[in-house]
Amino acid sequence: MSLQAGLSFEQAPPFALPLRFFLTAPLFLLAAAGLIVWAPEALASRWAPQALALTHALTLGFLAMVMLGALLQMLPVVAGESLPAARRVAWISHVSLVLGTLALMTGFLMAEPAAFGIAILLLGGGFAVFLAAASISLARAVAGVTVNGIRLAVLSLAVTLLLGLALALLRAGWWFPPAIETAIAAHAAFGLLGWVLLLVIGVAWQVVPMFQITPPYPPRLARWLAAALFALLLLHAAALLFFPAAVPIVDAALAGAILAFAVATLRLQSRRRRKLADVTLDYWRLGMASLLACVVVWLAAQFWPAWADSDAYPLLLGVLFLGGFAVSVVCGMLYKIVPFLAWFHLQAQLQAKAGSIPTMKEMIAERRMRGQFRLHLAACVLLAGAVLWPQLAIAAGSVLALSALLLWVNLLSAVRRFSGYGGRFS
Amino acid sequence: MRTIVDFMGTDHRACDDLFASAEDAVAQKNWDSARGLFERFQKAMAHHLAMEEDVLFPAFEARTGMSSGPTGVMRTEHAQMRGLLQEMAIAVANADHDRYLGLSETLNMLMQQHNLKEENMLYPMSDQVLAAARDEVVRSMEAMPVQDAAP
Repeated sequence: MSLQAGLSFEQAPPFALPLRFFLTAPLFLLAAAGLIVWAPEALASRWAPQALALTHALTLGFLAMVMLGALLQMLPVVAGESLPAARRVAWISHVSLVLGTLALMTGFLMAEPAAFGIAILLLGGGFAVFLAAASISLARAVAGVTVNGIRLAVLSLAVTLLLGLALALLRAGWWFPPAIETAIAAHAAFGLLGWVLLLVIGVAWQVVPMFQITPPYPPRLARWLAAALFALLLLHAAALLFFPAAVPIVDAALAGAILAFAVATLRLQSRRRRKLADVTLDYWRLGMASLLACVVVWLAAQFWPAWADSDAYPLLLGVLFLGGFAVSVVCGMLYKIVPFLAWFHLQAQLQAKAGSIPTMKEMIAERRMRGQFRLHLAACVLLAGAVLWPQLAIAAGSVLALSALLLWVNLLSAVRRFSGYGGRFS
Repeated sequence: MRTIVDFMGTDHRACDDLFASAEDAVAQKNWDSARGLFERFQKAMAHHLAMEEDVLFPAFEARTGMSSGPTGVMRTEHAQMRGLLQEMAIAVANADHDRYLGLSETLNMLMQQHNLKEENMLYPMSDQVLAAARDEVVRSMEAMPVQDAAP
């Protein structure tokens, strides 16, 4: 370790930098819900244009939106390195992610090549700026299990982006890339199991023990799981191209890795020292239970070919992974990060006595977070049901819309308290 | 001899343990036990912060010539923790359940992200730059009596 590594842990970036990402994300969740209500066929087949628009509203508009904001905030804490030119990087990547996601959704919904062209430029440019800044920061960072997980997640984001750009070039009519089916499968695998899951895993090593005061994860698991998962994703892509017969074996190993992570997390949480009711804990548990459900659904497909070939199978996996796992964990994290940052910046700016400003728990009313959790849980159950019984789709979309709206209102209430006490955003 | 990472990391775990016990007693409104546990937690925290501010940080600063760098950030966060601890002492004295739990949630986040920075960066750096003087620093910290530390 060089002496310079990790020496720049200056105070957190201004509140406005991550906050713009956190406050935009629920609006894309709302848009995704609106899409389900407006076009219930979005839940009929994963290849329906509405389903593709819905998927990218969730993955780019909600998940990537929060994750980029969270990385801006977390890198100085976990890696001792803030992003270079953080303000400019935040501004450029936020604007291009918002507009690029809208363009991509328009492209799918209207089958409009020009919209894909705009999406390519905006998402390609915006992510490139973020990836360049994150790479510089991660290259200088102090190595550790969390930094390793984040490095592999960011690398997976780059792979997902490149494959996504190639596929969008096809839709824009500019280029016909080879091996399209493999590219689509690898794009989804690196996006979901690489970028999303690896980032959650890397962050979990730190935050799961920290929020509830649990024992640490088994060191060997923390050390090897992220690397094993990433290697399996590479093998998965190679098997698709050169040796399709091996794909089920690689899939089984991926399922094993997911199972190990979910079980280890649930076990740690059951041994927590802080026994208080906590909405973030419930969100994490829902997320881990959904990962276990994904493994069960995948396992059923291995023994029941009719299920594996149905339209419902990939959609149910998508609902469980995106809604049940990823959105849940992200919501749980938002309910810790936003109130803490509101408190932290307020205290630092006002040099306030702890007694004169609201505590974290007073930033968002507990009962409203609990209500939002229940709505989200109901939305997940209804969405899973709607994959099998399409008549549930409108109800599922409506409940998801309410949940997204309440998430937004809850986050805004923390921001209102912050500015009400005289907090400054930048 | 032990490293600073080991010695101070172990002390973080001990403080966490007392923190969780005190919070648990408050959550159950078991006020007699809560007051005793909180007092032990507050003493352990004061001792830990004093070991850093009086021994480790000055040694680190003298060796690296950096007095407003990482240790400056750590001292600022110590002041924030002390502020919360004082308010928690009032809440536990007044048997104010909601107030205590709001403050303890805030302290936990502040304390844990602070410990992360120390255990991932500051302590390993200290082990490295102090080199031969490391054992002496650990011994001086160990020698600091708990009860004498000012809250």
